[in-house]
Amino acid sequence: MLKRIFAIFRARNREFLRDRGSLSWNIVLPVALVFGLSWIFADGNRAEFTVGVLGGAEAIDEALHPFLGTRYVDFVPVASVADGELAIARHRLDLLFAVDPAPRYWVNPDSSRGYFAERTLLQLDPDARRVAIRGDAVRYVDWVLPGILGMNMMFSCLFGVGYVVVRYRKNGFLKRLRATPLRAIEFVIAQVASRLLLIVTITSAIFAGTSWLLDVRMDGSYLLLLLVAVCGAVALISMGLVVAARVTSEELAGGLLNMVSWPMMLLSGVWFSLESAEPWVRSVAQAFPLTHVLDAARAVMLDAAGPGELAEPLLTLLLMSAVFLSLAALLFRWRAD
Amino acid sequence: MPAAAAGFICAPEMPRGGRFGTLRAFAARLRVMSVVLEARHLRKLYPGVVAVDDVSFQVPEGSCFGLLGPNGAGKTTTVEMIEGVTRPTAGEVYYFGRPADARFREEAGIQFQDTALQDYLTVRETLELFRSLYDRRANLEHIIDECSLRDLVSRDNRKLSGGQRQRLLLAVALVNRPRLVFLDEPTTGLDPQARRNFWELVRRIRADGTTIVLTTHYMEEAQVLCDRIAIMDEGRIIAGGSPDALLRERYRNVIIELPAADAPDGLGGIEHRLRDTDGMIEISTDDVNEVLRQLAARTRGLNRMKIRQPNLEDLFLDLTGHSLRA
Ligand SMILES: Nc1ncnc2c1ncn2[C@@H]1O[C@H](COP(=O)(O)OP(=O)(O)O)[C@@H](O)[C@H]1O
Ligand SMILES: [Mg+2]
Repeated sequence: MLKRIFAIFRARNREFLRDRGSLSWNIVLPVALVFGLSWIFADGNRAEFTVGVLGGAEAIDEALHPFLGTRYVDFVPVASVADGELAIARHRLDLLFAVDPAPRYWVNPDSSRGYFAERTLLQLDPDARRVAIRGDAVRYVDWVLPGILGMNMMFSCLFGVGYVVVRYRKNGFLKRLRATPLRAIEFVIAQVASRLLLIVTITSAIFAGTSWLLDVRMDGSYLLLLLVAVCGAVALISMGLVVAARVTSEELAGGLLNMVSWPMMLLSGVWFSLESAEPWVRSVAQAFPLTHVLDAARAVMLDAAGPGELAEPLLTLLLMSAVFLSLAALLFRWRAD
Repeated sequence: MPAAAAGFICAPEMPRGGRFGTLRAFAARLRVMSVVLEARHLRKLYPGVVAVDDVSFQVPEGSCFGLLGPNGAGKTTTVEMIEGVTRPTAGEVYYFGRPADARFREEAGIQFQDTALQDYLTVRETLELFRSLYDRRANLEHIIDECSLRDLVSRDNRKLSGGQRQRLLLAVALVNRPRLVFLDEPTTGLDPQARRNFWELVRRIRADGTTIVLTTHYMEEAQVLCDRIAIMDEGRIIAGGSPDALLRERYRNVIIELPAADAPDGLGGIEHRLRDTDGMIEISTDDVNEVLRQLAARTRGLNRMKIRQPNLEDLFLDLTGHSLRA
C-alpha cells in the first residue's frame, strides 16, 4: 500500500515540478501580490474609512461632533480604548475617536488610511487632540502577508488537486490506474501528500523571502506557523478532492472550484478584517477552512499565540479535513462515463 | 444464429472430414489445458443501447483469443467488463475458475484502446510508475528491449509516434509479468509496417507462455495472431472457433471473383453471389477446374478473374450482410 502511494506521489511531484508554467505561477503570483499590495495599495482598498467611536451606538451622533456626520466614513461603536487601540494596530480601524471629555483621537502612524482620516478630522476640528497609541503598530503588509499566502495556498490546493484529478479522469488515466491494484484511497492520499509537500515548501520559501525583504513582523513560533500551514493545506486539498470526486468535465470543475474559492477569497479575511462585517457574514465565513487558517496564522505572527490558543482553529481544520477526505474517497469515481 | 444467442463456448471445434484424427488429438490437448478466463452471459445496457448482449466464452491458457468485429460491436465494452473497469449489467467473469478478484488485478496486464498517461513523465518513469503498483514485477530492462523502447527511455511520453506509443502501452501492460494480457485494438491507426512489427512483438510475448485476449477490427490481424476467435456484431457473438476451422466449415476451397459485367447473361447453374459494394461476382468452390470450364463458356473472358482463399472478411459479410470495415 505505502509503496503504491509513494509511486503515485513521486510521479505527481515530478509532473508538478516539470510543469514550468504552473510552477512559476504558483510562485510569481503571490510574490507579486505581496509587493504590489504593500506598496501600491498601502493599507487596503476598502471603499470607506472605518472610524471607531468610543462608547455605545448613541455616541455616534452628528449633534455631538461635526466629524461624526462625515460622509463615506463608517462609524462603529467601540467599547474600550484597549479594544480600539488593538483594532487600529491591526488595521481593522483607521482611527479611534472620542468626544468626551474633549475631542481626542488615536491613529496608527504607519497607516495611510489613518493619515487621511486624521486630516479630515483636523479640518473640521483643529483642536482635536492626538493620543499616542500604546503597543506597536502592525503595518498592512504584516497583516496581509498571511492573507495572500493563504489565498495562494487555497488556489493551489483547490485547483492543483481538483483540476488535475478531473483531467485525469477525463483523459482516461484514472481508468488505466483502476485496472491496476491501486485503490481509490491510495490514489487520494498520494495526491494530498504530493500537493501538501509542494505547497508547504513553496509557501515557506515565499514567506521567508518576503518577510526578509519587507521585514515582516513575526512574534510567534515558526513551528506553530508551519503547523497551521500544514493543517490548512490538508483541509483545502481535501476540499478540492471532494469537488473533483465525480466531476468529468474540466469546465464544470473549473466552475465549481471558482464557486468555492471566490467566497473564501472575499469572506475569509484575506484582504481586510471581517470584524466589522455583518454577523451572518462572519458565521458563513466560519464554514470556510481558509478563515481558520488566516485567523490562526495572524494570531501566531502578530499576537504570538501559543498552542493553547491555536487548538481550536487547528482542530476545526483537522475535523474539516477528515470529513472532506472521507467524502472524497466515498464519492470517488475512476472513469468519465 | 440461435447458437450464438445462447452464448457460444470456445470449445474445440467438432472434427470433420478427413482430418478427423488430427483434430481429435488437438481437441484432447485443449481440454487438458486449464481455462484462464471465462466470461459467462455478460451483458451491458447503456441508455438506449444494448452494448453487449449475452456474451460467453472461455480462454485456454497460453492461447491467443481474438474478439473480431466492426466498430461499435461491443468489443471494448466486453473486455472492460472483464477487466473490472466497467460494471456489467449482468453476467460473471471467472479467472482460473474463480470469480475475478484482487488476484486477477495483480496478474492481468491491460492495454486500453485509448489511454492517456501521466504528463511530464519519461518512458522509463512511466514504466516504473506502473511497475510499482504491483507486487509481481517484471524485469524492466527486459521489457524495454522486448518492446524496442531502448532508444526512447528518456523521452517524454507525450512525444512518441503512434507506433512507439502503442509499444509503450504494451510495455505498461507487461510490467507485472502478467499471466493474461488484454490488447484492445492495439494496431488501430498504425501504418502497415508498424502493424507488422507489433504483431511480431505479440508473437514473442505469446511464445513466453502469456495468454492473450485481443480485440480488433482487422480480420488479417485476427487471422495472423489468434488461434481462437469470436466474431462479434451488435453486441453478440455470432460465430467462434479457430479461424481456419471457421472458414473450412463454411467455405469450400477457394473463391473466384470476376466483374459482373463480364458475365452479361448470368452464370446458369453455377452457385454465386453478387457483391453490392464493387459489382463483383463471387463463386465459392472446391472444384476450380470444373467452374473454370463452365465460366469459359458463359463469360466474355476471364482476364479480370481473381482466385483467392476465403477470409474472415467473407465470413463476416456472409453472417451479417455488412462489411467489417463499415
Ligand atoms: N459509456 C457509454 N455510454 C453509452 N453507450 C456506450 C458507451 N460505451 C459504449 N457505448 C455503446 O456501446 C456499443 C459498443 O461500443 P464498444 O464496446 O466501444 O464497441 P467496439 O469496441 O466494438 O467498437 C456502441 O454502440 C457504443 O456506442
Ligand atoms: Mg473498441
